[in-house]
Amino acid sequence: MMSPLMAVVSLSYLISAGCYVIGLHMMRTPKSARNGNRLSAVGMVLAVVMTFVIALQKNEATLISWLLLAVALILGITYGAVKARTVKMTDMPQLVSLFNAVGGGAAAAIGAFDYLSQPNGEHLALAFSIPVILDMIIGGITFSGSLIATGKLAGKVSGKPITFPGAKLLNGVVVLIILVAIAMTVGFASSPWILTIAIVASLVFGILMTIPIGGADMPVVVSLLNAFTGLAVAMAGFVINNQILIIAGALVGAAGTILTLQMAAAMNRSVVKIIAGGFGTDDGGGAATTDIPVDVKTTTADDIGVQLAYAKNVMIIPGYGLAAAQAQREVSDLANLLLAHGINVNYAIHPVAGRMPGHMNVLLAEVNVPYEQMKQMEEANAMFENTDVSLVIGANDVTNPQAREPHTVITGMPILDVDKSKSIVVIKRSMSTGYAGIQNPLFANEKTGMFFADAKKGLVEVIAATKEYLEE
Amino acid sequence: MSQQLFTNFAIFVLSFLVGFEVISKIPATLHTPMMSGANAIHGVVVVGSILIALEAQSALFYVIAFIAVFLGAINVAGGYVVTDRMLTMFSKPKPTKNSAKDGDDK
Repeated sequence: MMSPLMAVVSLSYLISAGCYVIGLHMMRTPKSARNGNRLSAVGMVLAVVMTFVIALQKNEATLISWLLLAVALILGITYGAVKARTVKMTDMPQLVSLFNAVGGGAAAAIGAFDYLSQPNGEHLALAFSIPVILDMIIGGITFSGSLIATGKLAGKVSGKPITFPGAKLLNGVVVLIILVAIAMTVGFASSPWILTIAIVASLVFGILMTIPIGGADMPVVVSLLNAFTGLAVAMAGFVINNQILIIAGALVGAAGTILTLQMAAAMNRSVVKIIAGGFGTDDGGGAATTDIPVDVKTTTADDIGVQLAYAKNVMIIPGYGLAAAQAQREVSDLANLLLAHGINVNYAIHPVAGRMPGHMNVLLAEVNVPYEQMKQMEEANAMFENTDVSLVIGANDVTNPQAREPHTVITGMPILDVDKSKSIVVIKRSMSTGYAGIQNPLFANEKTGMFFADAKKGLVEVIAATKEYLEE
Repeated sequence: MSQQLFTNFAIFVLSFLVGFEVISKIPATLHTPMMSGANAIHGVVVVGSILIALEAQSALFYVIAFIAVFLGAINVAGGYVVTDRMLTMFSKPKPTKNSAKDGDDK
């Protein structure tokens, strides 16, 4: 029979879990999303408060425990909140990745704590040994892997795939060590050595797994590590027999899994292939041509201004080049100028535009682009036939019609059907290829005008020109 | 398999399925805030961290517990704050109402 207090605590945990599920559910529309996140936060506060209730009731903790708990909480909350308040929206992917790292690290630490609490040299029950070793390994991989991903996204670690001779062999050895550690934990008596080996091997594996992955595959990796963190937290829940950790961890695991699969599908690559090595490593394309081929038609800001001023429907296709040039503000200025003169403007957003799932939408929302104007791929593709001018800014592979043809590296990749619109303008710095390393026939299309410029400077000129024609 | 492990495993599987159902209905436009929100939710790991911290009795365990609580606290606080910040941007007033339009019409 449960004590009344424990019944209250258990019930509160259940309410918390409900808050997470309903909170996530409310994230399906931008209107309710903010309250959804707040509901989830309420559930979190409730769970933490109830945890302190248990602790106070048990009353077994030492003074040092309370002190270190207070200090760690204050430091962690302050650091997390300050980071969250100050991060730039373009840097969002690395922050999410950092939170994956700390979540995975905390889960691994819980596993290590409970493993070491067991009497040394004793056989562990399966109900404990399986989750505890999985917790430490998944948590360890997530911790180091996410830190490398954070470094890559922040430009502190090279974004290019890093490979070295013998990498595959080393990977194999590390995986073998991890498997041995799992077998030892499950089948043999516990020992601090097994723990040390398991943690070191999983940290090394996390690094080895992330460094060969190229910049373009980052959305997939961040999603995958998000799923891993969820799993690690759920495993920690099994270890300490706490259902709220299991439920929340499983929810996040599901979220990460869905995003990983969707991102991989949007890039036309299998998750296994992405983990096995970067895009850039197997294209064999050698030096990408940066010369302007003769059959490409260049255009001027003035000409683009005329086209835009006399258009009815304009579609903007933003790519990573736009975010890299920090030109979101200019794009929304141009859109507002056109909208103010009764021209329809929408944005066609490919799922992998940006560096994490949905990143481009956040960047546009930051400069006040209304949610209704952000069209997802399928919706946008239905609109291109009635589009007078498509303005491609810093996007490449996601508009490449070669994806519809057989036997190219991007065959089958879902793309934006920009070539169906009546006229196309591409603002791009040079003819250099995208991550896929192949030429884009869209640029040589007879309807296409290329405007070679940095996205920001180019847009400022286009805005000035458009203004003249609109106000004539 | 012990009864307790089985119960926990059932909870895990069902929660995963619920998560799959709920999250597959979220539009791609909101994927970044959703992921960040999910990130905040796995900040619940701080609950586990607090529980072990209060069981610690010796130096090694104090250190491990401190790390667990510190990392968990970063996760939970940062996760919710940044998600809220992002979602504010999605519910801002439409730009057609602000002064940019009036300025251009002069």
